[in-house]
Amino acid sequence: MRVKPEVALTLHIPEARFRPGDTPDFGYLKLPKAGAALRPPVNAAASETRELSYGLVRVIDEEGNAVGPWNPSLDAEHLLKALRDMMLTRAFDERMFRMQRQGKTSFYAKSTGEEAVAVGAALALEPSDMCFPTYRQQGILIARDWPILDMMCQIYSNQLDRMKGRQLPVLYSAREAAFFSLAGNLSLQYPQAVGWAMASAYKHDRRIAAAWIGEGASAEGEFHHGMVFAAVYHAPVILNLVNNQWAISASQGVAGGEEATFASRAIGYGIPGIRVDGNDLLAVYAVTRWAADRARSNHGPTLIELFTYRVGGHSTADDPGRYRPADEAQHWPLGDPIARLKAHLVKLGVWSEERHAALAQELDELVQKTNAEAQSHGVLAEGPHHDPSSMFEDIFVEMPWHLREQQAEYLRLRGASKPEKR
Amino acid sequence: VASMSMVQALNSAMDVMLGRDPNVVVFGEDVGFFGGVFRVTEGLQQRYGEQRVFDAPIAEGGQVGIAIGMGAYGLRPVIECQFADYIYPAFDQIVSTAARLRYRSAGEFSAPLTIRTPYGGGIFGGQTHSQSPEALFTHVCGIKTVVPSTPYDAKGLLISSIEDDDPVVFLEPKRLYSGPFDGHHDRPLRAWSDHPAGIVPIEHYRIPLGQAAIAREGSALTILTYGTMVHVSLAAAEETGVDAEIVDLRTLLPLDIDAIVRSVKKTGRCLIVHEATRTSGYGAELTALVQERCFYHLEAPIARVAGWDTPYPHAFEWDYFPGPDRVADGIRRAMA
Repeated sequence: MRVKPEVALTLHIPEARFRPGDTPDFGYLKLPKAGAALRPPVNAAASETRELSYGLVRVIDEEGNAVGPWNPSLDAEHLLKALRDMMLTRAFDERMFRMQRQGKTSFYAKSTGEEAVAVGAALALEPSDMCFPTYRQQGILIARDWPILDMMCQIYSNQLDRMKGRQLPVLYSAREAAFFSLAGNLSLQYPQAVGWAMASAYKHDRRIAAAWIGEGASAEGEFHHGMVFAAVYHAPVILNLVNNQWAISASQGVAGGEEATFASRAIGYGIPGIRVDGNDLLAVYAVTRWAADRARSNHGPTLIELFTYRVGGHSTADDPGRYRPADEAQHWPLGDPIARLKAHLVKLGVWSEERHAALAQELDELVQKTNAEAQSHGVLAEGPHHDPSSMFEDIFVEMPWHLREQQAEYLRLRGASKPEKR
Repeated sequence: VASMSMVQALNSAMDVMLGRDPNVVVFGEDVGFFGGVFRVTEGLQQRYGEQRVFDAPIAEGGQVGIAIGMGAYGLRPVIECQFADYIYPAFDQIVSTAARLRYRSAGEFSAPLTIRTPYGGGIFGGQTHSQSPEALFTHVCGIKTVVPSTPYDAKGLLISSIEDDDPVVFLEPKRLYSGPFDGHHDRPLRAWSDHPAGIVPIEHYRIPLGQAAIAREGSALTILTYGTMVHVSLAAAEETGVDAEIVDLRTLLPLDIDAIVRSVKKTGRCLIVHEATRTSGYGAELTALVQERCFYHLEAPIARVAGWDTPYPHAFEWDYFPGPDRVADGIRRAMA
């Protein structure tokens, strides 16, 4: 039957459910209970993950128990390390955010509320597995015990900044920690991770790759490229999609999250898709470990949607109070990743409020002490920095004549105008 | 040595490099079993296997993206982008990562990839199979841009490009694939077998990036050109009887500025010829450089012959293509 011609077309524009002034209510999410999701074998076909891609893998229940087939049964030592890593990430974020507000650097982006996304994955991966993150997975570096002094020096673009003052704060690179150089172009790393994984497979290596992308940037063509190439070549790669609900001021609906979950996109590519509670460290660990085992045993890629909430602004450059209710984070029904792991550890009898408070204080002191040391090597506004004439280096292996000329011109002008200040 | 077309010489370069370096892999659209739509990778998959020479999904951005990841791992990927007109989806990967990776990571990571791509007109490919986008790449700091004009140069330059630790965009003048086309489209085709630069060593050799060649020595004026236009310029010089010195740039970035300055100071006149559109074309950069360095040696304004600032019109290919008559006109202007 034909549609009656008098029915006029209407255009749908997705809009965030709650804006400033609204009372957030996430009751519509219909969250599955912890322990409810089934755990298929790691060689399962993509089509067998349909329910997982629309559901939500959760392990820590309301009482702090670890339940269900995804419970990784990690020992206390690993759990306490993960707790510490998340707490250190949060303390680091808080301090660096304040340093930006104090004018010590130009930019910062916190990962508050999303610490389990990075730390849980790092715990499940081998230290040599190559990570292609975005700017909100600083928890990987911290979980891999990368010195926070080095990270701070990058943020301050000071004389110890290994990036030599060339990169926006938080766009780290740490080859020794198997952490790929970050960019502000937020999707290019997806196919790059696939290529790295293909190279590893080509070389019969044992290392796998993992990439992260935000739900907002997943609308870019590079998401599709990563998925297609990963599927076609069975690349040993884990493709993480962090759905923190917000792309600066646009809700996940603008990226296509209204009609289907992001994880469900995987199945059409022939890739398993799993949606996981990103605020549940055990669930993040367990799902990442499943995907890592799958990749390492030549069964190919996995797409993991990490369902979480961006508690802070996108960065220091936006005020979330302008586009969402100020208290929306408090209404987020999946809680706080640190509080949830802490409750689990208390339940296990290996942790207490007192020890937690003491650790929080210890980490804050560590961050403050390290921050003072980092600042002693310089801050963005005042220096000391690397010699600015180094800006002409590393564009090519050998500096061609036109850059040598420009460097000489720069030095001539600098020499004429002022003495060496930096 | 053997008599080779440019297609065979390029094939030989990849053959040599696949044989020498297990980190070299070759991929792109139709390059595997089929050997490429222009036959440049013919037989390579049969010789080196599917792991090293393979077909890729039709997604240039994805191809360059995975090549960057492979490069970061330690491989030396060689991509064939089927036509330069199709390279634009890969622009973000090329500009934002390949060109910047060494710089932004202060040397921790690099992208030693080579993107081979046929460019230019003369095959009735219309506006989507004929473009010359070289200036888009020379404008991006961090990419080397190479354009050969003979089989001998093509092989030596491609080997250098694959061995180079920086990303290289390697533009292949597709109208020169089978012979030294001089722009006289109404005359019988010539083959590389009749040309001295069609004699190519079978083994490994390099032509260093950043070194121009003198395609014709002369004293009356300097013609700066590259790719297909080298042969068109040679024809125009013969036909006008003007004793032009023709500098085949071979590498656009890094540029052999010394060869340019030497020649222009000797002749006192300069014509720049390229097939790409004129406005903001590579000729504009060459004009500025010659003006800055040779102004007091110039006896006439620098002249340019380039593609019109229009898309490549299919039915009017030879009205668009800067053939020998237009180059001859440029020679006369530069000689005024």
